[in-house]
Amino acid sequence: MAEEAMAEDAGMFMVHQTVGSVLCCKCGIPMAPNAANMCVKCLRSEVDITEGLQKHVTIVHCPECECYLQPPRTWIKAQLESKELLTFCVKRLKNLNKVRLVHAEFIWTEPHSKRIKVKLKVQKEVLNGAILEQSYIVEYVQQEHMCESCSRVQANPDQWVASVQLRQHVSHRRTFFYLEQLILKHSAAASAIKIKQMEQGIDFFFSNRSHGVKFVEFVGKVAPVRSRSDKQLVSHDSKSNNYNYKHTFSVEISPICREDLICLPPKVRSSLGNLGPLVICTKVTNSIALLDPLTLRHCFLDTDQYWRYSFKSLHTSRELVEYIVLDMEIISPEVNVGGSRYALADAQVARVSDFGKNDTIFNIKTHLGHILSPGDYALGYDMYGANSNDDELEKYRSLVIPDAILIKKSYEEKRQKKRGKPRPWKLKSLGMEIDDKNKTDQEKVESEYEQFLKDLEENPEMRFNMSLYKNEEYQPSEMASMTDGEDAPSVPLEELLDDLKLRDSDHDVEDEEDDSSMRE
Amino acid sequence: MATRLQFENSCEVGVFSKLTNAYCLVAIGGSENFYSTFEGELADVIPVVKTSIGGTRIIGRLCAGNKNGLLVPHTTTDQELQHLRNSLPDQVVVQRIEERLSALGNCIACNDHVALTHTDLDRETEEMIADVLGVEVFRQTIAGNILVGSFCAFTNRGGLVHPHTSVEDLDELSTLLQVPLVAGTVNRGSEVIGAGMIVNDWTAFCGLDTTATELSVIESVFKLREAQPSAIVDEMRKSLIDSYV
Repeated sequence: MAEEAMAEDAGMFMVHQTVGSVLCCKCGIPMAPNAANMCVKCLRSEVDITEGLQKHVTIVHCPECECYLQPPRTWIKAQLESKELLTFCVKRLKNLNKVRLVHAEFIWTEPHSKRIKVKLKVQKEVLNGAILEQSYIVEYVQQEHMCESCSRVQANPDQWVASVQLRQHVSHRRTFFYLEQLILKHSAAASAIKIKQMEQGIDFFFSNRSHGVKFVEFVGKVAPVRSRSDKQLVSHDSKSNNYNYKHTFSVEISPICREDLICLPPKVRSSLGNLGPLVICTKVTNSIALLDPLTLRHCFLDTDQYWRYSFKSLHTSRELVEYIVLDMEIISPEVNVGGSRYALADAQVARVSDFGKNDTIFNIKTHLGHILSPGDYALGYDMYGANSNDDELEKYRSLVIPDAILIKKSYEEKRQKKRGKPRPWKLKSLGMEIDDKNKTDQEKVESEYEQFLKDLEENPEMRFNMSLYKNEEYQPSEMASMTDGEDAPSVPLEELLDDLKLRDSDHDVEDEEDDSSMRE
Repeated sequence: MATRLQFENSCEVGVFSKLTNAYCLVAIGGSENFYSTFEGELADVIPVVKTSIGGTRIIGRLCAGNKNGLLVPHTTTDQELQHLRNSLPDQVVVQRIEERLSALGNCIACNDHVALTHTDLDRETEEMIADVLGVEVFRQTIAGNILVGSFCAFTNRGGLVHPHTSVEDLDELSTLLQVPLVAGTVNRGSEVIGAGMIVNDWTAFCGLDTTATELSVIESVFKLREAQPSAIVDEMRKSLIDSYV
């Protein structure tokens, strides 16, 4: 036909060709000639292309976790009538490569019948190149057989081989809220069989030692930790040289948190080039970032360095006091220190609690000159009123301690009107078990969590490593959109992720590829 | 009438035999069955000759002929040629052709008046065909196939061609041949008509696989139901006598 079209293009005269009709060689009805010169019905009666294809297959199904056994050992989780199950069913058929699979669909069966029926449509070349299409039904019989992990769980639900005890000896759980999000984002604890919330920490239980080791390594990458591991012999068989141990990893996170005020020990101070000694911790990853608020010098302390001296904070963020800024005079231009911007300034501040009662005013230096202006509220440590009995602080005899050290701008006033309203975003959480004895201070935990969420809103840098999801229940109110001017910080909507339901789109792509390869 | 038969488990009877209005050639087979079928059907009308051509049994594909003559390829031995000349009626001219395309049965399809030939045959061969067989020669293809002898079979009364032949081609061919043509199959859907059957003006032999439908098409297009060998042979003889007179 292409030749003819070409010849016509070249201006040649071509006789138009009409396809004639011949009689089907079996039944004699007129039809267009084909490769077998037989009508479709006769062809179908002549050859059964589904011959030799499996029509009854037995599949192994775990009744506990709804998994199907992909021989030899893989268990595939699939819902009834799901794409995954269809792929699994089709893959279980032998000899299917001899025909071309065109279509596959489920036929509904009663879920309790332990039968799955799949209707397949296949094509095959028969009798000198005629292609025949035929559909047939395959019946799968479900054989119930518990998978290995389920049977183990069934035997003893508490069976764990490795436990990781993550601890931080501080009075709040902020670090763990942050770590929880990191763990979720990297699905680092996906293989954990149990997660338990403990006093000052979390316990993770794993069915495999290597899972525990992997998790400890992950924590070591995101927080300054030191760890030790121990093992306890549970049982052994000296004849076959089998030993069963329970491994315990004790992981301690440094008690230094973001926004803590630290008085560096003299040795650390000298090794860091006479930094501080009063410094603020600005960031904690697997190293600790320290900033001197009076000189804007900063440095990093890595895990090893920290644990060599293992100092504690002088004040922690729970002791922050609210100040009002009365006057602000910037001394140095804005500088970039370790990724964030600061400007050194002379400030006149007063405690909000004093405001209107007395005239106590502090003249201090602060590193927050770029965001604070007169009239703003700020949070800081009240060194004037503090009665600190820190050993390290006493070692510095000639140290002049400033009256106040501001840590961050306060958005408390702006937040007032937003209080009690839902956020447009939400976080996921690890399903943690909570012991009864830990349940008592639930209220405290909730307020800490709220504080953590506020921190997230104020710090884009912190959100960087997290997955925030759209809160579908949230409806933006008229009021909120009407307000203008400087608002309390919030998370931009474009940063949020749609909440993903448990659907593996990767699997689907794979399936389609499989299908196409089958077709070829 | 059309008869179904087999040559040593092969349904391609047209490969192993040649049938015209004046004689029938049959390959020398292992068993006598094939030969005796022809003998039973034709013996009292025309001679049935057992022969080989060039030492092979595929005589139907190697030679071409009609009531006037027989063309054999250059591979034919002198002995075979002599045997053919002795066995065939005197008015049939047997001629050996020096043609590169030696499977003459595949390249030439003819009845007693017209021949269709392969497009690449020599001019000398073409002249020889016209002289020996007494026919008009047309270089043609059938449904795009150049092997016209394989993909069609026709007599003075009708013809069967390759099933993929278009309506326009059918019209053109039947205008050339001056006989009605139809597209069809033999041997349960086989499109190599020339190999699957042999036919003359009053009888046809098809492969054993040929279905009743195919057989009825063949019988109707070749008008075999009303055909009587004696009538035709008588007519032929009359014309012969006429020409002698």
